[in-house]
Amino acid sequence: MNPPTAARRGFAWWNDERSRALLFQALIIGAVIAVLTYLGRNASLNLGQQGISFGFGFLDHEAGFEISPALIPYTPAASYPYAMLVGLLNTLMTAVIGIVFATLLGLVVGLLRLSGNWLVGRLALGYVELMRNTPLVLQLFVWWNVLRISAPGPRAAWHVLPGVFVSNRGVALPVPEYDPGFRWVMAALVIGILAAIGLAHWARRRQERTGQPFPTLGAALALIVLPPAAVFVALGAPFHLDTPKLGAFNFRGGVTVTPEFAALLVGLVVYTAAFIGEIVRGGIQAVSRGQSEAALALGLKRRQVLRLVVLPQAMRTMIPPLTSEYLNLTKNSTLAVAIGFADYFSVTNTILNQTGHAIEAMTLVAIVYLSLSLSLSLLMNLYNRRIALVER
Amino acid sequence: MADIAHPAAIGPVPQVYRWLRANLFGTPFSALLTILVCYALIRIVPPFIDWALINATWTAPNEQACAARGGACWAFITNWYRFILFGRYPYAEQWRPTVVVLLLIALLLASCERRLSGRTLALLWVMGVVAVLVLMGGGILGLAPVDTDLWNGLPLALILAVGGLALSFPLGVALALGRRSHLRGIRGFSVAYIEFFRGLPFITVLFMAAHMVPLFLPPGMTTALLWRIEVAFILFLAAYLAEAVRGGLQAIPRGQYEAASALGLGYWRQMRLVILPQALRIAIPPLVGTFIGAFKDTALVSFVGLFDLLQNVAVGTNDPGWRSSYVEGYAFVATIYFAVCYAMSRYSRSLEARQ
Repeated sequence: MNPPTAARRGFAWWNDERSRALLFQALIIGAVIAVLTYLGRNASLNLGQQGISFGFGFLDHEAGFEISPALIPYTPAASYPYAMLVGLLNTLMTAVIGIVFATLLGLVVGLLRLSGNWLVGRLALGYVELMRNTPLVLQLFVWWNVLRISAPGPRAAWHVLPGVFVSNRGVALPVPEYDPGFRWVMAALVIGILAAIGLAHWARRRQERTGQPFPTLGAALALIVLPPAAVFVALGAPFHLDTPKLGAFNFRGGVTVTPEFAALLVGLVVYTAAFIGEIVRGGIQAVSRGQSEAALALGLKRRQVLRLVVLPQAMRTMIPPLTSEYLNLTKNSTLAVAIGFADYFSVTNTILNQTGHAIEAMTLVAIVYLSLSLSLSLLMNLYNRRIALVER
Repeated sequence: MADIAHPAAIGPVPQVYRWLRANLFGTPFSALLTILVCYALIRIVPPFIDWALINATWTAPNEQACAARGGACWAFITNWYRFILFGRYPYAEQWRPTVVVLLLIALLLASCERRLSGRTLALLWVMGVVAVLVLMGGGILGLAPVDTDLWNGLPLALILAVGGLALSFPLGVALALGRRSHLRGIRGFSVAYIEFFRGLPFITVLFMAAHMVPLFLPPGMTTALLWRIEVAFILFLAAYLAEAVRGGLQAIPRGQYEAASALGLGYWRQMRLVILPQALRIAIPPLVGTFIGAFKDTALVSFVGLFDLLQNVAVGTNDPGWRSSYVEGYAFVATIYFAVCYAMSRYSRSLEARQ
């Protein structure tokens, strides 16, 4: 049974919806292909004139430039792809640390915005407006200049927290040093976490079966914290802090974060937290009062209302905008190029400047950032699907 | 509760007292926060006022002359504001970029005015764009020609953001319609375009426009960097506008489409007369958000070699007399960005409140 053709129905084919649709799509796709071919032809002509051959063969060369900090051992003798990997790891490090801290700070900002305290609410609003209405790159310049120019030399470093020093050489932080006995503490921690997961599973099944609630949160926390703590004490604290101490010219010991990375991270966190704060506030306000009133009327305690009724519904409205803020933070980390932190984009840009292979380098940039964006939004979509409203 | 029992207690002083108790000392934790915040404010605000106003220097030949008073050296701004705002645009001709800035702001304000019809607005925009090009570039009407390299500072930022928004608007609407089309080829193209540009950091798009696009132009053809960057703004903004408009389209109930079909309107007339007028109205707040983002993104163009406000400050602080005046320079630029963006976001919020 073929559908009746236009001719059989008695009007011209160009008035038929289906053939029109086909024609329209063919035109658009044809135009796109034509434009791409034209651009490709221009590119090959131009490259031919400049004597540059298109291809990724140039990647075999030695990088020849320093990258600091590098998460994996790196020397200028390494190849270009290895240098890009070092840059990519720096990007990922910035994104992961930035997302964690921006979420925490954003949560605080959002809750302060909602607090009944007028002064605190106004201050939080001022912070949000200032951050959201000025360019991030300007804020990064300010942080960077504070660290590079306004901060004192190591001898007069700002001692902001015990063991934390801020100077124009960067931020010196203490790092924990583990003695051999510490792995038993770690083992106890792993066992505790597994036991807590098992307990949560059992408690949920029991509640579904019998309706009996179980204080899961407290018990799980006890399981996770107490055994490692007991082992820690029993072994006589097999752990000490390596705190930075002032040497001849700079700090020794601990770990020193470069001013570039510190400025980038602080700038990204402080900027993104303003946006996340507004998302948190909006998400909590979007849960109607009736929900908490109904939950209270059912006899739930205040904390239960927040955990079981308000937060799950608030999360549902918060996840999509949060995803795009996390993506924004990751994409904004490319502003590292402005203050000289070697993230993936600035490493690739250096390679572009060294070799002149603009098309190849920019293709590699696009591939990496598109895959980062797509995989992050895929992850958040999976999480979103799990918590989304199941409609009948 | 106690106040309800004693209505006679309501008077000016008890009202202040009640307000304070409700809003600053409601709970012990709230009271603690209030005290902490007050302490921090006392530590920060008076020294800041000392620095910014009381000890500040407003006129001085260089920052060394400011150092004596110890406060802010606003003399940097009084000496350099023309350069920060207009960059290397010929000094005697700087009334032209001034008019352009006012014109573009007027266009933005006109677009916020709901009494103007779409057709009037489109006409205003076309006339505005022509006027901006004539004023900035000159070469006719007795205006001295000025190369696009010299279009710097605030007019540059506004031309990139406002011009980019105006020109990307048709493309963005087309992409939004394409993404909701049932023609698979068109939908696929729209989705690929939108996701491509939304997945890339804007600064990489700028670098592509600066370094890669010349390779794709016909051999021998050169374009001014400004126009390549403007095209980058247009292409990039179109993807974000498309998503904003799509949100508006999705909010239109099916009945509107069905009613338009039942009236015998074809696809284009359905969209133009029934769907888009409603969808665009809903999409105004996210559209304003996109514009704020675009305006802030203009601060990035110095990395590809255009002289924006930040770059002009950098030029100023390169002068040996003003090496460390970057704080004052950044404060000045931040104020300009804040004023524009804050006004736009207030406008958007007032719209949301009205809906």
